[in-house]
Amino acid sequence: MTPETMSSMSQTALAHYLAIGAILFVLGLIGFVTRRNLILMFLCTEMMFQGIAVTMIAFARYHGNLAGQAFVIFILTVAACEAALALGLVVLLFRRRRTLNADAWNEMKG
Amino acid sequence: MNKTLLAALIPWVPALGALVCAWMGTRQTLRKFSGWACVASVLASFVFTCALAGNGGLKEETKFTVEVFDWISVGGLQGGMSYLIDPLACVMLLVVTGIGSLIAIYAVGYMKGDKHIGRFFAAVALFIFAMTTLVMAKNLLVLFLGWEGVGFCSYLLIGYYYGKDSAVAAGKKAFIVNRIGDLGFLIGIFLCWTVFGTIDIPEIVKQAPALALTGGILFTLIPFCLMLAAFGKSAQLPLYVWLPDAMAGPTPVSALVHAATMVTSGVYLIARLFPVFEAVPAALAVIAVVGCATALLAATIALCNNDLKGVFAYSTVSQLGYMFLGLGTGHPEASVFHLVTHAFFKALLFLTAGSVMHALAGQLDIRKMGGMGRHMPVTKWLMFLGCLALAGFPFTSGFFSKDAILAGVLEGGTPLHKALFAVALLTAFLTAFYTFRLWFTVFSGETKFEMGDEHHAEEGHDAHHGDAHAHEPHEMPWWPMNLPLVLLAVGALAAGMIFSGPITTAVLGHAEHLTEEAHHTHQTVMFISGAVALAGIAAAFVTHAWKRDLSVKIAAAFAPAVRVLEGKWFVDELYDFAIVKPLWLLGQILFVLDTVLIDGLVRAVAAIPGLIGRLNREGQGGRMQGHALAMLTGLALVAVFLLYALHAQAR
Repeated sequence: MTPETMSSMSQTALAHYLAIGAILFVLGLIGFVTRRNLILMFLCTEMMFQGIAVTMIAFARYHGNLAGQAFVIFILTVAACEAALALGLVVLLFRRRRTLNADAWNEMKG
Repeated sequence: MNKTLLAALIPWVPALGALVCAWMGTRQTLRKFSGWACVASVLASFVFTCALAGNGGLKEETKFTVEVFDWISVGGLQGGMSYLIDPLACVMLLVVTGIGSLIAIYAVGYMKGDKHIGRFFAAVALFIFAMTTLVMAKNLLVLFLGWEGVGFCSYLLIGYYYGKDSAVAAGKKAFIVNRIGDLGFLIGIFLCWTVFGTIDIPEIVKQAPALALTGGILFTLIPFCLMLAAFGKSAQLPLYVWLPDAMAGPTPVSALVHAATMVTSGVYLIARLFPVFEAVPAALAVIAVVGCATALLAATIALCNNDLKGVFAYSTVSQLGYMFLGLGTGHPEASVFHLVTHAFFKALLFLTAGSVMHALAGQLDIRKMGGMGRHMPVTKWLMFLGCLALAGFPFTSGFFSKDAILAGVLEGGTPLHKALFAVALLTAFLTAFYTFRLWFTVFSGETKFEMGDEHHAEEGHDAHHGDAHAHEPHEMPWWPMNLPLVLLAVGALAAGMIFSGPITTAVLGHAEHLTEEAHHTHQTVMFISGAVALAGIAAAFVTHAWKRDLSVKIAAAFAPAVRVLEGKWFVDELYDFAIVKPLWLLGQILFVLDTVLIDGLVRAVAAIPGLIGRLNREGQGGRMQGHALAMLTGLALVAVFLLYALHAQAR
């Protein structure tokens, strides 16, 4: 697709996409702050990620600029790697304490 | 061996001995031999001294220095560890190491079976190191090192029985009173550095006479400062109060440190720097008056003292007063002569007193003794010889040396000198009286004794005698206890005749040539002082041996005076009221100020970080969500600020 062939987006549609992105982000944030389960917290951060990705794609489409879309592909790739690592870490942490509660890891408490 | 090496070995062999003794004290099996290690090191030191003295050390022209190592060297100040060997130092070294050896041998017997024997002998050997350093010092800094060293060893040894509160208090008292004198010494050294530009003793002695007229106020102050130091160390008015209390230490220590050697270092200091004192006549007059007053005061206290060692302690103070009188009237040779003879007979007296105390399990009250001669004949006659010498019985050592000082005083000729002579003569009478009062009380009359509360150590002398005799006083064994005493007794009798000439030559730097008139004075004084001594002994015989009720009647007739004397003129009480209590009060006030003001300020400053920490502690709860929320809030604030700024710009 070249910028010329790419159909541009109306401002209303952009606003809807942005709203969905913001909702995804805030839902993820609320989940991250309220839950104690390590896996759930991790999934919430992923959700926040997707909110950002949706926003970026919407803007790219609106401006007819492919850079934003390419960037999102990069982000998704990195997020996939990071997800593999993070889940591995969660498993290790679980083996140490036999619990997924984030409060079990508070040695740095002042 | 060359002289340099010999001289350097004299102090350092006992120093090594101290280390060896301390190490042996920590080994169960070696502990009982630590005394012999100490004796060996001190005896070696004595042999080196003899070699040095025999090698021409006592000849008047002998004067050489030994540089052991460079100790302190700052700018023009050269404080090397250097020794000065001259006849005066040799005489003192012979006394310190010779009498030190005899006392150390006696102490091996006396301290046998004591649990902390290693500590005792280490301190004794260390004391010999410090004392020889003091005597051999070439500059004032090394002299000060030895001076503080002997003070420290004296503190250790007085407080040897640290379980007894009185011994601990006596140790502290000795140390603190000496500190007053040491302040004078330090200021004296500073002044010497200012005035002479050097602290080298030979250099100071050489320059002093020239400064007599042109020296100015700083020069005049030097002898007064050094005098304060000498008064502290040699227990003169007003700083004599520590010496009687120092008798809380073991008796060999009283003999070695507090009678024969350390307390004479004040006399030695003045004799060593005599030209500095000679250049300021007022200083000499003060020394003479203080010495004479101390001699009389201490003799009067000794009259009514009932403590076996206390009487000898006060008599030491009194005899040191004599030495200062001799110095003050310009006769250091007479003082050093008296120092040497005094070392012999006073060491003998203390050690025999120690034997009596040992036999009676620590009993010191002479009112609870009597007729001890039947149980301990050897000790009885040894102490008799010591008493004769102390009283100045004709032709004993004390007679010659006391006569030398008295004749020196009379030669002065001024009314002051005549008054001093009269007081000194009165003191001589009192000395003869109280000495023999003690001897007659303890050794003659009906046999009576009360055991003290100290028990002999398990392996003490009772083991030799069997348990049957454990509660009876017994004679000391010849070896190692009574034999050294015999040598001391020989010295106490003969030292006067043998050493008079050599010591005079050694101190003056030339042989003494008496004029016809001076010779006549000497003979007159000899008759007078001999007669006074005999009168004192006779008086003591009448009141304490022949008609004992007489002494009770006299005491009753002079009851108020006796009370004052038994209270030791209440000097301790006076010092307590005038100095100790106000200082204590000041200390309390400062303590409160310190706690409230200084500590309060510091604590307030320290509280601030604590407070900040307490405020922040909640934020560091270790909850990940909390951190996330904080980050989010911060991010939101930044975003709001940025949006606001953009909005403002767009408008």
